[in-house]
Amino acid sequence: MNTVTLANDSMTFPSSGTTTTSSVNKTDVDIHSVVEELKRAKQAVGKPFLDNPKFKTRDVNVYYNQTKQAIFNASLDIGRNEVIAMIGPSGCGKSTYLRCLNRMNDTIPGTKVTGDLLLDGEDIYAKDQDPVLLRARVGMVFQKPNPFPKSIYDNVAYGPRLHGLAVNRSELDDIVEQSLTKAGLFNEVKDRLNSPGTGLSGGQQQRLCIARAIAVSPEVILMDEPTSALDPIATATIEELIDELRSSFTICIVTHSMQQAARISQRTAYFHLGYVVEVNDTNTVFTNPGHRLTENYITGRFG
Amino acid sequence: MNTLPLLLVLLVLALFSFFLGRKRSLAVSKGNRGNYRAPNKLHSLPSYYGYSAMIYAVLPALIVLLLWSAISPVLIAKNVAASLPAEIHNAGATQVELTMNRVESMAHAGKIDPTADPIQQAAAQHYLSLAKNSQNIKTALVLLIALGGLYLGWKMISPQFRARNQVENVVKGLMILAASVAIVTTLGIILSVLFESIRFFQVVPVSEFLFGTHWSPQTAIRADQTGGSGSFGAVPLFAGTLLISVIALAIAVPLGLMAAIYLSEYAQPKVRAIAKPTLEILAGIPTVVYGFFAALTVAPFIRQLGEAIGLSVASESALAAGLVMGIMLIPFMSSLSDDVINAVPQSLRDGSYGMGATRSETIKQVIIPAALPGIVGAFLLAASRAIGETMVVVMAAGLSANLTANPLEAVTTVTVQIVTLLTGDQEFDSPKTLAAFALGLTLFVLTLILNIIALRIVRKYREQYD
Repeated sequence: MNTVTLANDSMTFPSSGTTTTSSVNKTDVDIHSVVEELKRAKQAVGKPFLDNPKFKTRDVNVYYNQTKQAIFNASLDIGRNEVIAMIGPSGCGKSTYLRCLNRMNDTIPGTKVTGDLLLDGEDIYAKDQDPVLLRARVGMVFQKPNPFPKSIYDNVAYGPRLHGLAVNRSELDDIVEQSLTKAGLFNEVKDRLNSPGTGLSGGQQQRLCIARAIAVSPEVILMDEPTSALDPIATATIEELIDELRSSFTICIVTHSMQQAARISQRTAYFHLGYVVEVNDTNTVFTNPGHRLTENYITGRFG
Repeated sequence: MNTLPLLLVLLVLALFSFFLGRKRSLAVSKGNRGNYRAPNKLHSLPSYYGYSAMIYAVLPALIVLLLWSAISPVLIAKNVAASLPAEIHNAGATQVELTMNRVESMAHAGKIDPTADPIQQAAAQHYLSLAKNSQNIKTALVLLIALGGLYLGWKMISPQFRARNQVENVVKGLMILAASVAIVTTLGIILSVLFESIRFFQVVPVSEFLFGTHWSPQTAIRADQTGGSGSFGAVPLFAGTLLISVIALAIAVPLGLMAAIYLSEYAQPKVRAIAKPTLEILAGIPTVVYGFFAALTVAPFIRQLGEAIGLSVASESALAAGLVMGIMLIPFMSSLSDDVINAVPQSLRDGSYGMGATRSETIKQVIIPAALPGIVGAFLLAASRAIGETMVVVMAAGLSANLTANPLEAVTTVTVQIVTLLTGDQEFDSPKTLAAFALGLTLFVLTLILNIIALRIVRKYREQYD
């Protein structure tokens, strides 16, 4: 427990005599004062920025329906070949932020994104940027496994076919086999590649979706709570898989499970009410958080 | 008492017995409604005892009333017919029937025509007295049974009586009855069409009907009339039906499907809010309006267009009827397809966009395959409407049974011929009118086969995709 922060808090609010024992500060319950505080802090606590990052995002603001703002001045970097976990209470904007990285928010009418989002120094919201090609470079795995109503083979071959990655059938076969192997699914499905992907178990379906995402050789894979619909054993398989995939891809994962974030990520970003509160090495965030709100969240005091 | 006042009495009795039953249940439980352990705790809510008493009072009485009303006229008629003098019986069955018709009409009118044949007057008199007796017995019996039932129902009410289960059983029975009414009616229609068709096929061989290529149903009704001997080859009719349906579907399916895709995938919410109801208005236009639109606007237009490029077009053409029918079917196709496309989960769209697919790639490769069972269903519904549609074809495609694949000529369809065979004064035992039943039967068998195929296709895709 970070006693220094608590001592500071109780000094700020001397009237509440119990703050040293009850660690949820009064200000954390009062949303307005938290927002004021977050607004004042121009930058996230910790080490949000890196040298030569894969993704560089600065002052990102996201609005839904033109007016409702979901993300406020989010600035952080995502490193190459790292797993970065985005954690935070529901509605904190972590999924919205994730969906900015491959412009999936474009598919929701009335969404506006401002700020700089650079992938290898290239502005992904530039006018001449084609979101369709961007999504081939930045793949996505969703919360609920969503295999297409097609065969296992066709699910994996979907992306390569769209983007013309294989010139003939045998090349396509290779891509499908490699992707399924990388996703750790090939041995389980090699005898039934032509049966429907929807007939697999939930964990297998999610690995099929991962295979589908890596079949187009993306540079980054975004995962939006990929294991929240799965049982613990399937979750463990996926977590192992994510760790293996790190060598070839950059992975951003949104998760509600702090244990999962601690297990699989190298860096962790904590979001709160649309603000990036803290970004740091996962180890630091979980053992020595730099912000009161992060600490309250990871110790389970709210969220 | 007549049947209607008797029913009113039963209704009043039903209300009375409901409150009586409810009151008694409260009385026998001494108002104990909360404590489960108490010996006088009611098994069911008080209103169930009310309904139960009502059922005992009314249901058996109602059944007896209905049965009596159905059976007694038959028995009375039989009795009266048997009492007719021997001379009428000797004159043959037709004579008996004729006399009975007159007798029954006099009896139903309630007054006996003094100018009528005295035999008939006497028979009608006899009929009336029997009917009066029957009425009195019915009234007494029904009231007795109702009161007896009420007493029994009242007597049975005790805290242990499972009124709720009994009432629910009766409700279940009513539902079974409702379901069987539909089934029995369908069965009845099929059987009547079947028997009339068999009569037709005794005159015209099945092979001639099914494979003959000439349709000319005019036959001489009386021996002294001149007229065609009639030929009943149905092939031109089915060919015409097929031609018009194919034209209609060739228009309705692509247009409807594309409209549905535009509305559900591309249109702004504002456009959709206006366009969808507008499209559905098309479905509300009566088919006869489409019919004269086809006959007065589209057919002359096609004729002029054809002449301009040197084609001879009949003033009533299959093309005109098919075109208008196709437009008529667009809302069917688009509305149903729109629903199934909207039912495709958003997660599949997200998955496809997330792979770097464009909107149209997503639609072609993910959404349409996922929505296919529903789209096939919409197609088949449109197809069976096209096959069964009559009004547009009567007005726009003509009545001449040409066996042709040329959409610019006049053709006729099965349904149109059924209409022309059965309109006007007809006798129902000539091959001409009976042919309508044979056509109806064949059409029914065809649509049945179509539906079975459709169900199979849908089920196959369901297994694959859900």
